[in-house]
Amino acid sequence: MDYVLVTEQFLNGFQLGIILFLMAAGLTLVFGIMDLVNLAHGSMFMIGAFVGGTITLVTGSFILGVVLMIPSMLVIGMVVEMTTLRTLYPRDHLDHVLATFGLILFFNEATRLIWGPEGLVVPLPALLDGTVALGAGITYPVYRIVIITVGLAVALCLYILVSRTRIGMLIRAGASNRTMAGALGVNIPMLFSIVFGIGAVLAGLAGLIITPITAAQIGMGEDVLILAFVVIVIGGIGSIRGAFIASIVTGVIDTMGRSFLDVFLLLFLPENAAESAGPALSSMLIYVLMAAILFFRPQGLFPPKGAG
Amino acid sequence: MLKKFLGTAAVMTLIASPVAADVKIGFVTTLTTPVAVIGKDMRDAVELAMEHIGGKMAGENVEIVYADDEFNSQKGKQATERLVLRDNVDIVAGYIWSNVLLASAPVVLNANKILISANAGPSPLAGAQCNANFFNIAWQNDQTPMALGELLNQQGVKSLYLVAPNYAAGQNMVAGVERTFKGKVVGKDMTVWPSQRDWSAELSKVKAAKPDGVFTFYPGPAGPAFIKQYQQAGLEGKVPLYSVYTLDSISLPLFQKAGMETVLGTKMTQFWAPDLDNAANKKFVSDFRKKYGRYPSFYAAQSYDSIMFIKSGVEAVGGDIDNIDGMRAALKKVDFDSVRGDFKMGNNHFPIQNFYERTVVKDADGNWTTAVGRAVLTDHQDTYANQCKM
Repeated sequence: MDYVLVTEQFLNGFQLGIILFLMAAGLTLVFGIMDLVNLAHGSMFMIGAFVGGTITLVTGSFILGVVLMIPSMLVIGMVVEMTTLRTLYPRDHLDHVLATFGLILFFNEATRLIWGPEGLVVPLPALLDGTVALGAGITYPVYRIVIITVGLAVALCLYILVSRTRIGMLIRAGASNRTMAGALGVNIPMLFSIVFGIGAVLAGLAGLIITPITAAQIGMGEDVLILAFVVIVIGGIGSIRGAFIASIVTGVIDTMGRSFLDVFLLLFLPENAAESAGPALSSMLIYVLMAAILFFRPQGLFPPKGAG
Repeated sequence: MLKKFLGTAAVMTLIASPVAADVKIGFVTTLTTPVAVIGKDMRDAVELAMEHIGGKMAGENVEIVYADDEFNSQKGKQATERLVLRDNVDIVAGYIWSNVLLASAPVVLNANKILISANAGPSPLAGAQCNANFFNIAWQNDQTPMALGELLNQQGVKSLYLVAPNYAAGQNMVAGVERTFKGKVVGKDMTVWPSQRDWSAELSKVKAAKPDGVFTFYPGPAGPAFIKQYQQAGLEGKVPLYSVYTLDSISLPLFQKAGMETVLGTKMTQFWAPDLDNAANKKFVSDFRKKYGRYPSFYAAQSYDSIMFIKSGVEAVGGDIDNIDGMRAALKKVDFDSVRGDFKMGNNHFPIQNFYERTVVKDADGNWTTAVGRAVLTDHQDTYANQCKM
């Protein structure tokens, strides 16, 4: 097996991991801190793609699309939290699932009414459209390198935000003991709105950043959402660090499985069987990983301190 | 206020069902989910066909009952059950997806009604499970890729990499190319359908394999996504891309809007093209463009043909829709002007027809469409026909 292919596949896996991280970071914050099961997080992914994509097509600038998408998603996220989710906190998880599933249907249909069923194709700026030689015979799409860079930068900002700033302190306080933080004068409802808004921005960023690759589609967030749930279960619910590491691990395992499992199976299976078993097994790999983690470490790899 | 509302509602019900229909046709397609854009094209074509025939077949009023399969075989089967059992339609037509058709076909056929596929052509229904009441007005899944394999031979492609989705039609497409392609298949990836939308891993493998050509099949909105990534991976211009059912009148305007000039010149094969030269096709394409302001896709062409095909059957029995035997005999003769030109029905009720080379070009007004080339396969019958005992 040649190292060029392996390196490229590793980068592909890393890039998938970055997208998963942007999704999982918001999801794990909302789930861990607000104790809300939010299936509509995938809708934020989709709305980010459509809103940012439209801005890109209107203004002709992808950068402007990304920049203007951020405040839009913050507003959309906070409005959704204030109007719908706020009433759900005292209720149990099944009600969360039901209500946020309703939100998925609402957002999918709303997107169809506004943008039509055919979706959006968003072109890349010419500068990012192409490949770059990384040396040693490896060429890689420029845009995927940009995704990796942006994702790492966001991860760093998020780390600083949560561990070094006042709002991060409040988030952590709200996470470990909501009642006590409230008693000390922290405006918990406002804090939750902001957390949800940040989650929506991150999901929207993930959706928009992947759109030049996959095109914006109604329901595009749902498949990513499932993977993001796998990631936060593996990483430990409520932990940003866990989400980051689990995302990268999941992305790399999934991609490596897709690329090399059939070759591996060929070693001891006939060609036909390997061809059909390969894709089936590789799509199961990350769920096998999740099951194993749940068995040996039910709280996930990096559960946040003081949670429980 | 309430009275007024009730009055309006009553009027609306009246508008919705003007006269009792004598011929009721159920049409199953995808009207929700992202692939609804295909269903919309099909429905538009059916509406145009209804306009062309004045809503009548053999003097009888025709009603079309649309049903949504939700891009899901189970939901498609339920929609078919509702059409057959509740709406009591006389004929069921439509079906984009092979898996949906395979799940739904028994419902219609067990009720002894005529079933016409306007797109899906899975191998079982062409072979061992062929049925006297089932007709396909499009093609058998393997045929178009077989034509493509032939085209590859003619283009001098020696090594080929295949990337296609892992479901009934995807497997048929790959099998079809492999049957006629004489060079070496250097790699094959079957991807998760319909959820996988990022092909970075597969495209890296293509790059490493360095083939002369890549074959792909991604119907609906997945096609543009695949081709974009193909371009971004730096394969465009280095390894020519050949496709079936991936670039069509639905996706080409999206490419045009995004300015992705590299799809121009891409080759595919098909049984029909918007610029195919015959009277029925000229009327269909120009009226479709006039009415909807865009080129019809092959899905639309097949749907339009389905209605004309049904009309030929209904007229042959003088509107006596219960005369199933008469209808069947008439449909076998293919006595109508198809937009693809003349063709015959094989013993398995699948078309025996020509397949043409198509190249993506700009038309005189700058719209992106395809130019039809010569016939790659002529009077071609699918390979499963001999397994059909009919």
